[in-house]
Amino acid sequence: MSIESTEAVVQKPDQKKPQRRQLSDRAIVNLFIWPALILLIAMNVFPLFYSLYLGFTDYSAITRQQPQWVAFENFSKILNDELLWKYFATTGRFALLSVGLQTIVGFSLAMLVNHKFKGSGLLTTLILIPMMISPVVVGLFWKLMYNPTFGFFNLLIGYTKFLFLAFFAASLFAAYFLIKRYISKKKIYLLITGILFGVLGVVGFLAYFSDYSLFGFLSGFFNPSTAPDMLASRFAGTPVPGMALWAVVIVDVWMWSPFVMLLVLSGLKAIPDYLYEAAAIDRASSWFQFWRITLPQVAPLLLIAILFRTIEAFKAFDLVMGMTGGGPGDQTELISVNLYRQAFLGQWRTGRASALAYIILIIIIAVSNLYIRYLNQMKGED
Amino acid sequence: MKIKYLLMLTVVFVLILSACAQPTQAPAPEEPAAEEPAAEEPMEEAEAEEPMEEEAEAEEPMEEEAEAEEPMEEAPAVTELNILWAQWDPADQLQQVADKYEEVAGVKVNIIQEPWGSFGDRFFTEMAAGGDAWDMVIGDSQWLGQGATQGHYVELTDFLTETGIKDSVTPATLTYYGEYPTGSGQYWGYPTEGDADGWAYRKDLFENPDEMAAFEAEYGYPLAVPENYEQLMDIAKFFTRPDDGLYGVAIYTQKDYDAITMGVENTMFSWGGDWKDENNNVMGIVNSPENIESLQFYKDLYECCQVPGLSNAFFTETNDAMLGGQAAMSMNYFAFFPALASPDINPYADDTGYFPNPAGPDGAQHAALGGQGMSVISYISDERKQAALDFINWYAQDDVQADFAALGGYSCNQAVLESEEFLNAAPFNPAFAETMTFVKDFWNIPEYGELLEVSQRLFSQFVVEGVGTAEETMNQIAEEHDAILRDAGYIE
Repeated sequence: MSIESTEAVVQKPDQKKPQRRQLSDRAIVNLFIWPALILLIAMNVFPLFYSLYLGFTDYSAITRQQPQWVAFENFSKILNDELLWKYFATTGRFALLSVGLQTIVGFSLAMLVNHKFKGSGLLTTLILIPMMISPVVVGLFWKLMYNPTFGFFNLLIGYTKFLFLAFFAASLFAAYFLIKRYISKKKIYLLITGILFGVLGVVGFLAYFSDYSLFGFLSGFFNPSTAPDMLASRFAGTPVPGMALWAVVIVDVWMWSPFVMLLVLSGLKAIPDYLYEAAAIDRASSWFQFWRITLPQVAPLLLIAILFRTIEAFKAFDLVMGMTGGGPGDQTELISVNLYRQAFLGQWRTGRASALAYIILIIIIAVSNLYIRYLNQMKGED
Repeated sequence: MKIKYLLMLTVVFVLILSACAQPTQAPAPEEPAAEEPAAEEPMEEAEAEEPMEEEAEAEEPMEEEAEAEEPMEEAPAVTELNILWAQWDPADQLQQVADKYEEVAGVKVNIIQEPWGSFGDRFFTEMAAGGDAWDMVIGDSQWLGQGATQGHYVELTDFLTETGIKDSVTPATLTYYGEYPTGSGQYWGYPTEGDADGWAYRKDLFENPDEMAAFEAEYGYPLAVPENYEQLMDIAKFFTRPDDGLYGVAIYTQKDYDAITMGVENTMFSWGGDWKDENNNVMGIVNSPENIESLQFYKDLYECCQVPGLSNAFFTETNDAMLGGQAAMSMNYFAFFPALASPDINPYADDTGYFPNPAGPDGAQHAALGGQGMSVISYISDERKQAALDFINWYAQDDVQADFAALGGYSCNQAVLESEEFLNAAPFNPAFAETMTFVKDFWNIPEYGELLEVSQRLFSQFVVEGVGTAEETMNQIAEEHDAILRDAGYIE
């Protein structure tokens, strides 16, 4: 086709070419973003501000009455309520114990699976499974596991007596070899050996069959009436304050250590090998390498993991409700559990619950800011 | 073209949002419901003109699969009714009975079942919005106060009286499942599912000759179904044998909602104790010597004889203890005994017997009330209200109630409860029929949730955790209840 005919086709004098208004890139971006933003504002931002407003009212979501403005009365009542401070303290203890143990266990697991070995992939997958289970389901089946009559937990602890026996036996064998090394007279060393094995035998017999003091204590883990009842916070019927909280902490650590492990593992994988090679050349010990290379390199990711887990600890609800319901008494009454109790469960004190929710939010923001500030400092040092 | 397509997409999206969005509620009740706690403003009956029709325009659309009935004068005839209830066997039984109503009246009745855990939440949030998702609700007795004072329920006083339904149910059930305020003669619900705490026990253990001989040798009287709590304690201790995996009792200890309070009430009421006097005073009542003694007894029973691991136990756990052969006796609501009577579920079904809550040391005998009453929602149209009342009128008939009872439901109908058919229909029915004559309840005022939280926390602390004394616990409950009631205006 010739240029002239093309131009003739394009520029026919009797046909006006419509003016096309081209959308700018910015406009297209906005058109794609704004529907989602509108949804976000409607579902998240609006309730956020509305609940802030409700925090200053005496509103109850089940009454057909308009919210009545009470200014700071809700906040004042909450901050002056000794019980709520007790629940905050319980939550703080829970966060400290749970996050601390998750950090140690998660880091250890990451170190374990960092280097490839046969089955490391399968092991990593198995380690991740607890994290994938619904918290309510976890709470319910751990409730069964903690049962002193048929629960697996007490059965496992009961095997600690065998660990004790094994340790005791190992100590005896060590003593035996020391004696053999330093005592040359055969009769004496045979006599002492005989005594040692005799003692071991008696100890083993007592540990398994006896109710006598320490060994009865150990063998009692198979007897539900003399075993720990973690969720009732009792040991052999005697109240032991704090046991129920530890029970919840153990489950939380079991469930979320894999999360810490994942983050730490990604940090470990990112550490360049030449750092370790250089350290090895300088004959740095394993501990030195860990303390001066591994830990600083992984620290930012570890801190992020700790930050997330701390925030989650303040929000812990489903696990506690599934296992203890906040009991016994209020031993495991975390602040979020109490928030739920005030907002629902027959009370429906929506205004007060909103105020409490904001207090919790402020605390979480404050704690998070501390972590983030430290994180930024670390990055700044780099 | 691009702009056109984008604009079309935006318009469609906005339309979708509009369809899904709900208008902000202006919850202004047309009647001044409940400025005072014991509000006694009666709701107009279904037959009278409802001023709520004028506000029906502001009502939000129904959220459930129930049809959106428009509250207009020219609304079509009612062809379907929706009743909200908790998700459990009695609801299934009611559905079976209600299916027959369609044959009789041409109205399909749907029993909408909601799990217990979210039953109250779902109902009250819908009511706060003035929703008409359901025509009736079979609500807990504790809801009566809120339902009446907040205007959720239609008053049924005239309806129940004129139709004679009021006299067809036992007085205790009418009081606790229908009346608010208590003793006022104003009714808001038809007693539908009677329930109370009773006990199940292992007949094979109780009737074993060796066991009987050993018990009598130890305690000086024959082993039999306990008539009072002292005997129950003796029997519980006798059968507590940790080495054999057998324990005396499985009782309520759950802290979540109301379980441990209901459990303690069984001893409290039988000791002659109560939560309040006729003027709603609690000091000296809650912390009375009877209440303190009964609480101590409950704790002693828990510590000596409770199946280990039941530190947060409600109906599931106590039943499981019986199913597993761990408990010689267990406390539970009668509504949950069908599971124990079923050989498919309970290997000891044929060896399980039932008895009512025993008497206290002074001979008083009461049991903690459960159960629900059927109430008509006030936010539905007049036609639907009338249709709901027609259904209740049909459902309350003796023969229909007998059908309900035959399926396993716990009717409150006097004739049914006294009939041989009912008493022989299930092994626990005689105990149930007897129990329904001496039930007592917790508070049913709108503030019951706050009062319940106090008793739940402190009972769990004392009984399960082992903190404090019975006297300290009851004193603290009395003080906190007193503060709540004063704040709400029940006590001046």
